[in-house]
Amino acid sequence: MENLIALLVAAPLLGAAVLLCGGRRLDKTGHWLGTALAAASFVVGLILFTDMLGKGAEDRALHQHLFSWIPVEGFQADIAFQLDQLSMTFVLLITGVGTLIHIYSIGYMEHDERRRRFFGYLNLFLAAMLILVIADNYLLLYFGWEGVGLASFLLIGFWQHKPTAATAAKKAFLVNRVGDMGLSIAIMLMFTTFGTFAFGPVLESAGETSQGKLTAIGLMLLLAACGKSAQVPLQSWLGDAMEGPTPVSALIHAATMVTAGVYLIVRSGAIFNAAPDAQLVVVIVGAVTLIFGAIVGCAKDDIKKALAGSTMSQIGYMILAAGLGPIGYIFAIMHLVTHGFFKAGLFLGAGSVMHGMNDEVDMRKYGGLRKYMPVTFITFGLGYLAIIGFPGLSGFFSKDKIIEAAFAKGGTEGWILGSVALLGAAITAFYMTRVMLMTFFGEKRWQPDAEGHEPHPHESPRSMTIPMIVLAFGSVFAGGFFAIGDRFVNWLEPVTGYDHGHSPLSAATVTGATVVALVVGVGIAWAMYGRKPVPVVAPRGSVLTRAARRDLLQDDFNHVVLVRGGEHLTRSLVYVDHSLVDGVVNGTAASVGGLSGRMRKLQNGYARTYAVSMFGGAAVVIAATLLMRAV
Amino acid sequence: MSFPLLTATAALPAIGAIATAAVPAARRTAAKWLALLFSLGTLVLAAVVFLRFEPGGDRYQLTESRAWIADFGVRYELGVDGIGVALLGLTALLIPFVIAAAWHDADPLETTSTRWRPTQGFFALILMVEAMVILSFVATDVFLFYILFEAMLIPMYFLIGGFGDRAHTGTDESAAAQRSYAAVKFLLYNLAGGLIMLAAVIGLYVVAGSFSLSEIAEARANGSLEMATSTERWLFLGFFFAFAVKAPLWPLHTWLPNAMGEATAPVAVLITAIVDKVGTFAMLRFCLGLFPEASKWATPVVITLALISIVYGALLAVGQRDIKRLIAYASISHFGFIILGIFAMTSQGQSGATLYMVNHGISTAALLLVAGFLITRRGSRLIADYGGVQKVAPVLAGTFLIGGLATLSLPGLAPFVSEFLVLVGTFSAYPVAGIIATSGIVLAALYVLVLYQRTMTGPVQESVRSMPDLRARELAVAVPLIAVLIFLGVFPKPLTEVVNPAVEHTMSDVQKKDPQPEVEAAK
Repeated sequence: MENLIALLVAAPLLGAAVLLCGGRRLDKTGHWLGTALAAASFVVGLILFTDMLGKGAEDRALHQHLFSWIPVEGFQADIAFQLDQLSMTFVLLITGVGTLIHIYSIGYMEHDERRRRFFGYLNLFLAAMLILVIADNYLLLYFGWEGVGLASFLLIGFWQHKPTAATAAKKAFLVNRVGDMGLSIAIMLMFTTFGTFAFGPVLESAGETSQGKLTAIGLMLLLAACGKSAQVPLQSWLGDAMEGPTPVSALIHAATMVTAGVYLIVRSGAIFNAAPDAQLVVVIVGAVTLIFGAIVGCAKDDIKKALAGSTMSQIGYMILAAGLGPIGYIFAIMHLVTHGFFKAGLFLGAGSVMHGMNDEVDMRKYGGLRKYMPVTFITFGLGYLAIIGFPGLSGFFSKDKIIEAAFAKGGTEGWILGSVALLGAAITAFYMTRVMLMTFFGEKRWQPDAEGHEPHPHESPRSMTIPMIVLAFGSVFAGGFFAIGDRFVNWLEPVTGYDHGHSPLSAATVTGATVVALVVGVGIAWAMYGRKPVPVVAPRGSVLTRAARRDLLQDDFNHVVLVRGGEHLTRSLVYVDHSLVDGVVNGTAASVGGLSGRMRKLQNGYARTYAVSMFGGAAVVIAATLLMRAV
Repeated sequence: MSFPLLTATAALPAIGAIATAAVPAARRTAAKWLALLFSLGTLVLAAVVFLRFEPGGDRYQLTESRAWIADFGVRYELGVDGIGVALLGLTALLIPFVIAAAWHDADPLETTSTRWRPTQGFFALILMVEAMVILSFVATDVFLFYILFEAMLIPMYFLIGGFGDRAHTGTDESAAAQRSYAAVKFLLYNLAGGLIMLAAVIGLYVVAGSFSLSEIAEARANGSLEMATSTERWLFLGFFFAFAVKAPLWPLHTWLPNAMGEATAPVAVLITAIVDKVGTFAMLRFCLGLFPEASKWATPVVITLALISIVYGALLAVGQRDIKRLIAYASISHFGFIILGIFAMTSQGQSGATLYMVNHGISTAALLLVAGFLITRRGSRLIADYGGVQKVAPVLAGTFLIGGLATLSLPGLAPFVSEFLVLVGTFSAYPVAGIIATSGIVLAALYVLVLYQRTMTGPVQESVRSMPDLRARELAVAVPLIAVLIFLGVFPKPLTEVVNPAVEHTMSDVQKKDPQPEVEAAK
């Protein structure tokens, strides 16, 4: 059975290779090939999953060693896979949602002349993401980690002729590279500490080193997670990443890739468990981001950017939960999976709306669409109810558990984190209701596009609506299915460990508070956007609104300090190199050997003569030496 | 005596050079094919060397030894170790691509000209450089190495000064002046380095009484040759200076951007991917091998300079407006990594540095040769003159991107393996230096992606609208290089196998042991 693991990666990798190198011949069939290979990977995942279910909880992990990657003295890096319950969860999510989004893209990208290439990139992404989650060591994980970064770069910048898309792609890659620095340093620290960076040995002997070392490793891993998962302070790229085609936003920048940071932290649980300081920083990052993202989400009029803010915020929840240790690991992953369903569904719904509205993204120019796009409305609506945590739907179970776990952390910390998580739930309810109302309810505020075409909203083709329906199904039922009988807890517990913690509040109280937060959030949004008509031109807004529209000024800070500062730095260095370094070295040489005079002469055309005479001289010397030998 | 395989490998391109130069003026195309054929023959011989080399065997293999200048104990002594094999392989691999990429670079401006001879000269010079570089990688006699180290400047000088990039701004006269300035600067910098090295070579002979690497090493090992600390240091500095100019190490780097900017792209590849490697190769073989104590003494300074090179080179690359100068500064940054790995003196660092030399050669060749195709099409080296190329020439843009991704060390492509080894090797011995060097991975992404964005993406510029995509000859250059990059990125074992034992020898030369991990993890 373990020999099948490599097949998970091989199928989409083959697809990427064929589609990207295949040329125009494949333009007509390429998307089917890409979709079929994604589905094949999903089927392999299902076979492995069934097999895994048939085994006892403790010996479910499978290993497959392919070959030694970098064999160097004292350094062992392998291409080897490990498939345990945690990896399995990701494999199913990635290939399942991935396949749905391939299907959706067939319709969504129908009129794009580079559709074949798009599917090639999507396949490449799947392969890299699968490597990331089934690697059995940190270096191979890093391979997948950067691979998804590349796929993300290519897909954000898919419409490269748009300067904004090209800039967004570059920004995403660069910000991620800052995080990658963290991952590199973490791996180097592991190597000097443990002599290896394979999961097994590192995680088993994590307790044998000093807490300081573990804290350092933990913080570096967190830096990496912040980059990939768009957490403060490396979150700035995610909003811009919405320049990519919408299926990409759904798959990569909502459901899968951006959750890689959560995977990294949960996978490295043994390190974080022994490094409470690092854990504290993790929960702070999570808590800050969950509020940050939510605030940004409230202010954006661009439907995708509002959803991107929401993604940031929801991943903040997951990071927060992961920072809680064994109390939270399982719920971080559970929320990750349910979020994968409803956020992918919401993005696909947004894409469907844009498809029907001449690619308009400004929600102020939507309104009243529920009658024109009933399937989109219903599936989006179910996703909406799931994300705000409407009782009984997926998000309710997973988010509620995280809020409970935050309180269960205990002490002042627990109260603060729990309250932040509750506040976040209220804001989530607010901004998502706002999106819902502005898009599907109220008056029509439709505007003709730049070329003067009036929008004629219509339901999307079946290839697009079916994935939305499937995802809506997951948004409704997945949470309940996981929560009933503690199925999800029992499934992951052998890998991540589990601890109930000591909640000062009863579960019922927390649930009650969550529902109150939900009602308050929805109520305020209704009062602001449901009862009153929505202006087509955004009002000026308060200072906070204006700041939130600009991503709480973080981008402006980056621009002034990093971009402008960097430009000045490089420009002055170019000057220094030209006049100072070059000048000083030339000058020193000149003063030593009087070279400058000669140099000038050489420039005046003597150079060739000089070199020829040198060549002649060398020839004479060689001849002479040969002669000497002969004599 | 068995067949002198190493001599043959070096002699074949030399013979090819003479044969190419002798082709009549009107038969330009024949001369090109002849040069290509000889370079391919050399590649075959290099492959034989690679296969005949036994990783577990003696340190120097396929040895040859003949008396040469008996009065001074100079011998024609050859032999390869794993590092030499790797670099010999790199050289033999790249030259056919350089020749194929340069196919039209030395054509006469008026195609009807029948008396145009420089075409033959151009390809003959390339083969001449190949011969000398190969011989320098296998020379185990210090004097022989020195001669080659200096002699290769001459064909390089003519290649830079005589066959400049036809894409230039300003008048032909000013371009010619810039070109000759670049060529002279190249020559003088390297001559100055060589002169100091010559003094050190003579000094070494005075002290050791021999030029033979193996004899000196043996004498040092059995104690019959004692060097005073100060003598060793002076000699080390003499050698190191020459290699640091060639490598090039900050602040001796300023000749490289001029030379690479003015030369044609294939010649720029010759400079940075091949000839400069002699410098870093020689640091490993001569500085560490002959003067281990002095090398350790100099380590803090060398590591500092290497770190400056890494960061400084990358920042300057970001600030460049000229595509080839940008790549030149990127190379300076990469040479910083190589030197860092060498002087970190750990197994991973040195294996990494050796792989880095090979991988940097291939990745830079891929990026620079494709950049050359781009530049030839538009007739400009300035980044600002491009935009939207991706739309009109997607294959060109794609190969350019892969070359760029290799340059920024993306996992899956060969340079990642070497860069990570260098970083780990450095970090385990000098954690702070390792962390500073890691910043290079962000900066590399910056200069590569900025270059890609400005040239390839965005609205299609009027001047590139009718740009053709890669032709068959150009594809034949780009595709195999990319294939090698992917292969060595996923499966570098064939290379590490030959390099590892050589690194062990160097580690025992400098009497260094790898730092041990704090926790002996459960295996």
